[in-house]
Amino acid sequence: MNRLRIGIDVGGTNTDAVVVDESGRILASCKSPTTPNVQEGMERVLDDVTRGIDSAKIVRIMLGTSQTLNAVIRRQDLAQVGILRIGAPAAMAISPLAGWPADLVAAVRGPVDIIRGGHEYDGSEINPLDEAAVRDFAMSCQGMVEAIAVTAVASPVMPAHEERAAAIIREILGPDLPVTIGSDVAGTGIIERENTAVLNASLSFIARQIVAGLAGAMARRELSAEIFLTQNDGTLLVADEALQRPILTVGSGPTNSMRGAAYLSGLANAVVMDVGGTSTDVGLLVDGFPRTSAHNVEVGGVRTNFRMPDLISVGIGGGTLVRSEPLVIGPDSVGYRLTRQSLVFGGDTLTLSDLSVASSRAKFGTNPEAAEGIPAALVSAGMHWVDERLRVLSDRIKSSRGELPLIAVGGGAHLVPDSIPGISKVIRPEYAGVANALGAAVAEASGSVDRNFAYSASSRDACLDEAKATAIERAIRAGADPQLVRITTVNELPMSYMPGDCARVIVKAVGPILDYRVRS
Amino acid sequence: MFIGHEEVDDLALGSVVLGTGGGGDISLSKLMLHQAITTHGPVRVVDAGELDPTGLLLPVALVGASVGFTEKLINGGEAGRALQAMEEHWKRKGVAVLPLEVGGVNTLYPLVVAAELGLPCVDADTMRRAFPKIEMTQFTLAGITASPLIAVDVKGNVAVFDAVDNATAERFIRSCVVEMGMFAVMSCYSVTAKQCVDHAILGSMSYALEVGRRLSAIQRGDVGAWDEFLGFADAQILFSGKVVDIERRSVGGWTRGTVSLEQLDDASRTLRVDIQNENLIALEDGIALATVPDLISFVDVETGTPMTTDDLAYGQRLHTIAMPAHDGWRTPAAIELVGPRVFGYDIDYVPIGGTK
Repeated sequence: MNRLRIGIDVGGTNTDAVVVDESGRILASCKSPTTPNVQEGMERVLDDVTRGIDSAKIVRIMLGTSQTLNAVIRRQDLAQVGILRIGAPAAMAISPLAGWPADLVAAVRGPVDIIRGGHEYDGSEINPLDEAAVRDFAMSCQGMVEAIAVTAVASPVMPAHEERAAAIIREILGPDLPVTIGSDVAGTGIIERENTAVLNASLSFIARQIVAGLAGAMARRELSAEIFLTQNDGTLLVADEALQRPILTVGSGPTNSMRGAAYLSGLANAVVMDVGGTSTDVGLLVDGFPRTSAHNVEVGGVRTNFRMPDLISVGIGGGTLVRSEPLVIGPDSVGYRLTRQSLVFGGDTLTLSDLSVASSRAKFGTNPEAAEGIPAALVSAGMHWVDERLRVLSDRIKSSRGELPLIAVGGGAHLVPDSIPGISKVIRPEYAGVANALGAAVAEASGSVDRNFAYSASSRDACLDEAKATAIERAIRAGADPQLVRITTVNELPMSYMPGDCARVIVKAVGPILDYRVRS
Repeated sequence: MFIGHEEVDDLALGSVVLGTGGGGDISLSKLMLHQAITTHGPVRVVDAGELDPTGLLLPVALVGASVGFTEKLINGGEAGRALQAMEEHWKRKGVAVLPLEVGGVNTLYPLVVAAELGLPCVDADTMRRAFPKIEMTQFTLAGITASPLIAVDVKGNVAVFDAVDNATAERFIRSCVVEMGMFAVMSCYSVTAKQCVDHAILGSMSYALEVGRRLSAIQRGDVGAWDEFLGFADAQILFSGKVVDIERRSVGGWTRGTVSLEQLDDASRTLRVDIQNENLIALEDGIALATVPDLISFVDVETGTPMTTDDLAYGQRLHTIAMPAHDGWRTPAAIELVGPRVFGYDIDYVPIGGTK
């Protein structure tokens, strides 16, 4: 039987869906505006995309959604969180939620305490866990919070105190209260990890809403597929995991778009240029995944230790305004009003789309003749400006001097010239409009490791092998096919002062999902 | 001068440049300083000359692995204990906190301590950049001993060293820091205000703030901001290139590495920067363009963001900036203490912009 997958992406503007078969062929796709009630729009694309498809064949449904990010940004539907830090007398000098925007603090902050416990880098205890203090904290949270975040010093090395504290809290407050532990959601850096754990706990409601919404929609349609959510790095979380770790889905939009572009073009290493109405985002695909930023990113004004796709954005889009004498292009844009205000659509505003039609790169508009009236010198100067900016942009994102192909997607992709210095060829894939949903549909399972090793205790190779084996084991647990799982990232960061040539080692393994009926 | 919330970002920017690639992750010390200002109000920064010349100054710095600090933070009580131990040693009260290293996190941390202890912070330091070793100070050149050297950990353990020379003090503190859980709060080089006036680098805190303000102008996109920054710091852009290779490794507790950049306009030209915690040497075709103790820093071409070694990644487009070290570092005796040969390079010091 040909087993099918559905990918859905709920973006800020549009909700997209695709149906993909086992060989990766796209059987159906659709696109519809995201509705204020997200569920409504999602059910509509689900109906549209499955029309005429044998629903018994659908085995997996992958959802990428901006709902978690929007909840944090808009401070809506967030749970009140009790915050417990374990590490005293260390980790006292900066208060929990320091540096958070005041309105977000008001939305999530419940009781806060810092208690004794936590570990040193070598896994020894700073102090034994103060279990009485955990109980006192749990009692103080009774009836006051809707979720709890527990973060202990050095928990990525040794999570025992976080796990014990979570167990005590559940004993007292009941098994249904969501408890996030830091080592489940983030790596080294106590403040960033705690921030991430608190955000994660605050998303408990919205996570349940998303998963229950999709499960309900499927049940009503008698679909029995396994549900996955896509996470920031372009890999999948099974629904149960997503309920526990919703924060890992906040950055999936741009990642899915780039993964979809990779899939559509069949390229693993390429520049991806997404040209919209107002701006252009350019990113780099390395071995099929977006290259991530060197710096930690903020989510809703909060410092986390997430790495997100390294995107450079500039104000160049199909709706970008063009002014002459002297020539000034952008950064303002007519945006979604392009189809009313630009010359080729009968309006009176000169935009880059008009120049693109005049120079025969694009052929569209209700009144394309209007482009003929634009002075040739202006057209050529304007397009030259665009070409030069896009050349610099693609050069900035590339990590080496060699030529790379470029995948142009988005409604303004016509602005991208066919030839760019440093770019071997420009590819404009079909189905580029549903790249996000496709990125979700083709996503794989992953497992990762982020911990410190002392190479002198065994050897560098032995440590790296151990880290790789752990990552692979975790990927298989997340649903990856053991036959096809592979290592995608190995990153070593040396640590000064530590004896024994220590390094922080970050390893990730990824593999295609093994069908759950084969798995179980 | 007072350091309030409005000054913190600019001061931090300047600190990263003076950190010359090292000096730790500035973001946590920013949070600590904001928190201290919220609790205690803006921090008063004074000239050493305003103080009673016989008054005891209390130097303070964080020492150890920055990754240890980002995971464990500190307790907050360490500096109080260290400085109390220093006061007990001299059997007198201190009159102000003295920064040892204006460069990286140790620019902001003494301000946090000053706020908490209700003391002013002196506008001076002993380096006006980051250096990896305790003996690399203007005070060593002046014959001032680092001892007694006091280290305090998060649990309140206090270690006091009385070393025969400052290089020995450095060896003691390194092994002590490992036992203390990778980092500690340290006080050493206790001096009088008069000794500070005579031998410290005066005005370093306000200098870092001014450098930071000019970087901030670059980040805002102000017209002429780059020229203003370069003119103020007497700095030059050595090379504008893209990172094409980074190699980092840990050798005997030191982070060593090299960064290679390819010139943006002319890919046949490459610059190599050698790192030992800080950026030490910039070489083109085997020829040193700049060397320690002059400052070598990376600043992002597009955003004006100064970068530490840990921030570097393939593909970044960076200006390599060279700034002359303070004049106190450009004497033959200083070069013997902090010049390229001290770090194991078989090359002579190459003064940026020539000697004055």
